[in-house]
Amino acid sequence: MTRADAINRAAKPVVFVACLGPLAWIAWAAIASGLDPSGPLGANPIEYINRYLGDWAIRFLLGALAITPLRGITGWAAVMRFRRMIGLYAFFYVCLHLSSYIGLDQFFDWREIWNDIIKRNYITFGMVTFVLLAPLAATSTNAMVKRLGGKRWVNLHKLVYGAGILACFHFYMMRKGVQLEPIIYAGICAVLLGYRVVKHLKKKAQLNPKAGAA
Amino acid sequence: MLIKSKKASDVRSSEITSPSVYLDRRRFLQSAAMVGAGAAFGTIAGPALAATEKTRVKLAGVNKTKWTQESLGEKLTDYGSVTRYNNFYEFGTGKTDPADNSNKFMPRPWNLAVDGAVEKPGVYDLEDFLKPHQLEERVYRFRCVEAWSMVIPWVGIPLADVIKRMNPAGNAKYVAFETLKDAKRMPGQRRAVLDWPYREGLRMDEAMNPLSFLVVGLYGEVLPNQNGAPLRLMVPWKYGFKSIKSIVKMTFQEKEPPTSWNMASAREYGFYSNVNPTVNHPRWSQARERRIGDFLKRPTKMFNGYEEEVGQMYAGMDLRKNY
Repeated sequence: MTRADAINRAAKPVVFVACLGPLAWIAWAAIASGLDPSGPLGANPIEYINRYLGDWAIRFLLGALAITPLRGITGWAAVMRFRRMIGLYAFFYVCLHLSSYIGLDQFFDWREIWNDIIKRNYITFGMVTFVLLAPLAATSTNAMVKRLGGKRWVNLHKLVYGAGILACFHFYMMRKGVQLEPIIYAGICAVLLGYRVVKHLKKKAQLNPKAGAA
Repeated sequence: MLIKSKKASDVRSSEITSPSVYLDRRRFLQSAAMVGAGAAFGTIAGPALAATEKTRVKLAGVNKTKWTQESLGEKLTDYGSVTRYNNFYEFGTGKTDPADNSNKFMPRPWNLAVDGAVEKPGVYDLEDFLKPHQLEERVYRFRCVEAWSMVIPWVGIPLADVIKRMNPAGNAKYVAFETLKDAKRMPGQRRAVLDWPYREGLRMDEAMNPLSFLVVGLYGEVLPNQNGAPLRLMVPWKYGFKSIKSIVKMTFQEKEPPTSWNMASAREYGFYSNVNPTVNHPRWSQARERRIGDFLKRPTKMFNGYEEEVGQMYAGMDLRKNY
């Protein structure tokens, strides 16, 4: 076993458990204080839980999008070993966020939920984000990568860019007025995607210098 | 005329009984001393002021009204939720930001400017402004545009009484209100979340409606900073944002005044903004609301349950257009 393998083996479980931290905290807070308005979840615990899970969903999503640029900029190749895990955690928190919206906020009022999806743009965007991420989670196993073939798999997983953009819109549109927090997230997303655009353009120019000049 | 029953009833109880003590004397002197100390020693007084503000002060001489918790038949929202779940972007956009960031805010001394088409314009010291009025308690439903609601026992004075005293001119069709603009005292104003100062307004008949209330307290106590100290509006049939906080100016005018949320997003927030379960906010349904403390949402009532009192003011108006 090489040194890198050893680190990999030791680090993966640590990161895996750390990523469960946000869920553990909210679960503890909800069980310990429930609807108590003086508790950590405040006067409106349902809203708190829903937004908290949404916050972590977008953080993990941007975190997953940050890994490739991080490798590119720092040359730290080992970080790539965590990309799948972070991406799956993003989907995991998206699922929790969606579940809390359906089960806590709307309490399985399917008519209301459907109205939200078709009438309210920010909910539509949120739902599309979920729909874009679901096939990526489903095809995340090594077996699926093989079955699809590398190129097709990579192309499919480009859907994550759309999910990132939509998640940022979802967050910005949900807030009232011009608020700083969603703008910061959107800015980070723009930088992460911008990095890829720049890299893509550079690569294109290198492969086809004449086209660049013309 | 021998029978002067109407005239006799015009003499308000406040003119007979001694005017209520709005703020107890000791507290007022304390705050005044603190302001002096603050001016003299700059930031040193900061923590002391914060401590003073944390002291809850009971209001004396508050009359009961017909708007009681019993007559409403709904449970009061607990004090902790009323004072730690607020939208008051002048102190930050998070729900607990107003409570967390307003403890150094000094709501005394406070000036209220009255101007425009009115007989008695001027800048009033708040204590003087309130003196002729009798404080009363009213338990109202409070419905936020974000689809949550509370039931709150406010203390204040009828807005109509104030307007009658100021005596607006015949061409005064609207009353405009403005919140304090001072980014030093209201740190949330350092960012342009909204076009400060916060502005609101009412049509004159809305302002004169018996439900319209100028609030100086809640739960029998001096209004906490995070709830809009020292003076805020309460128009319970409208979404919460119409009930402007920390008022420094009232203007009587002929034209409909611009209002902050309408300026920010006219499609979402109309001038009237009456609670209406049949007209949805473009981003969410207004059909139901979550009463703070409840798990399940409840249906929202037309005009927040005050249709009997306010419905006639909007007779013949298309409430889909005049949302």
